[in-house]
Amino acid sequence: MIKNISNLGDAALYCDFGKEVNRETNTQVIKYFKTIRKKNILGVNNITPSYNKLIISFDLKKINFDKLKKIIDSIEITKSDNIQNKKFEIPVCCEKEFCLDIKRLEEILNMKKEKIYENFFEKEFFCYMTGFIAGMPFLGDLQENLRAKRLDTPRVKVPKGSIGLTEQFANIYTFESPGGWNIIGNTPLNIFDNSKEKEPNLINPGDLVTFKRITKEKYLNYHE
Amino acid sequence: MNKNYFEIIRAGINSTFQDLGRNHLYHIGIPFSGAMDNRNYLLANKLTGNNHNHPVIEFAYQGPHLKYHGNPINIAITGDVNYEIKKGDNLIDGKCYQSFILENNDELDIISTNKSVYGYLAISGTFDLKFQWSSCSTNTKANIGSNNGKKLSNNQKINIKEINQNFVNTKLNYVNTKIENIRVIKGTNFDYFSEEGKEIFFKNEFKVSKLSDRMGMRLEGKKIENIVETNIRSEGLIKGVIQVTADGFPIIMLSDHGTIGGYPKIGVVISADYDKLVQLTPGSKVKFKDVDLNSAETLFKLYDLETQSLISKI
Repeated sequence: MIKNISNLGDAALYCDFGKEVNRETNTQVIKYFKTIRKKNILGVNNITPSYNKLIISFDLKKINFDKLKKIIDSIEITKSDNIQNKKFEIPVCCEKEFCLDIKRLEEILNMKKEKIYENFFEKEFFCYMTGFIAGMPFLGDLQENLRAKRLDTPRVKVPKGSIGLTEQFANIYTFESPGGWNIIGNTPLNIFDNSKEKEPNLINPGDLVTFKRITKEKYLNYHE
Repeated sequence: MNKNYFEIIRAGINSTFQDLGRNHLYHIGIPFSGAMDNRNYLLANKLTGNNHNHPVIEFAYQGPHLKYHGNPINIAITGDVNYEIKKGDNLIDGKCYQSFILENNDELDIISTNKSVYGYLAISGTFDLKFQWSSCSTNTKANIGSNNGKKLSNNQKINIKEINQNFVNTKLNYVNTKIENIRVIKGTNFDYFSEEGKEIFFKNEFKVSKLSDRMGMRLEGKKIENIVETNIRSEGLIKGVIQVTADGFPIIMLSDHGTIGGYPKIGVVISADYDKLVQLTPGSKVKFKDVDLNSAETLFKLYDLETQSLISKI
């Protein structure tokens, strides 16, 4: 349930589902997202679900905060479709040139890099949301001993395919972009394909993901 | 075969096709994009007699140098732009907010924007472009939109699908004013910052960094101290959001921004000031001014009325 709605600037609603970040809260967020989307409310431009928040941006010429808040307050969630669980195995190469922040992580986590990788590759992840850049999946939950903060100053360019860690999450940079996550490897797999307008994302909220370590040779000769 | 086209002699620094952008895609990570300066985008279209949502060429700092081939066409340039038209041996000093007719072999050289970032070139007709998610807007970072998601490059052609032959001779008296005070509504993490940090944010000047583009504008100044947590759970962003990164400096999200972010939000630029904000060049000084939601809504109405009134004067 939405715990509180406030304004984010003059053209967006900020719906807070509470502090807890877990699959239950996230499933609530996704249900609201789907219900509001179906309503096609006049003036609503974008609805962005995340772990425990939903941001609804709107066209200030057509509606304003108070009016939209009333509509959202009155929404009742009906039983919506179950989130589908597709499974993916993502190949990752951890050669020196790809793991830009492994040294930083070794220091912060006080753990040898082989141990970091061992932990990372044995985990099955759940996709909470996609975004930041097109198709980027936010995957949880990372083991507690692998959790580290973002870089203090984000990189201007993170290479395409980079696998990043921050706090309890892992992600994949679907193309070169700025970013502040700790980079530990790179995948040759194409995660976002904008030629498929209907389904450009490989991984969607609710999907399950594991990572598999590959050699540099395999990486260079990778064919999808 | 397209018989009407522009030959690109020089593409300029960041020349892209833009329109009103695309909606309903934030949840998969695709930003709004669209013309950065919405008012100048609308005016460029009206000056060439188009309905609003025709794609235009947006350029930054230095625009393209184009040679036109084909039947006569009407063009207009908006923004604060220095440009020339070459007709044979005649060199005409270009004027913004005024339509011009280009004929076969005429050249249009958009030399630079003056103390602003973006300018717009509209034509009386339609460029031959590929649309993605019902918009031509080019997002060069995600390679989405027309021109294969890339900025214009030298030695390519810009094909024109259709020319509206019903030329209008238009002119508007309008001067882009610069802004030094950007009005802001406090953000959802405003209380993450120390009293001193809050005061720095609203009282000190910030300088626009060179690391600014269509995605975001970084600012330099006195550090804003975070006393709670320098990371938040990643959550949705909208254009105009000001995040403060762990190093204590603000970044403002602009039209091609990432759809999700994890740095605390100290404020959001009001909609009425967005067009002026994006025109701030690196090195410019800005100050933020605190306004409440009601005032922001009123200021937006005024901004919109002014835009409509300018359009109706053309």
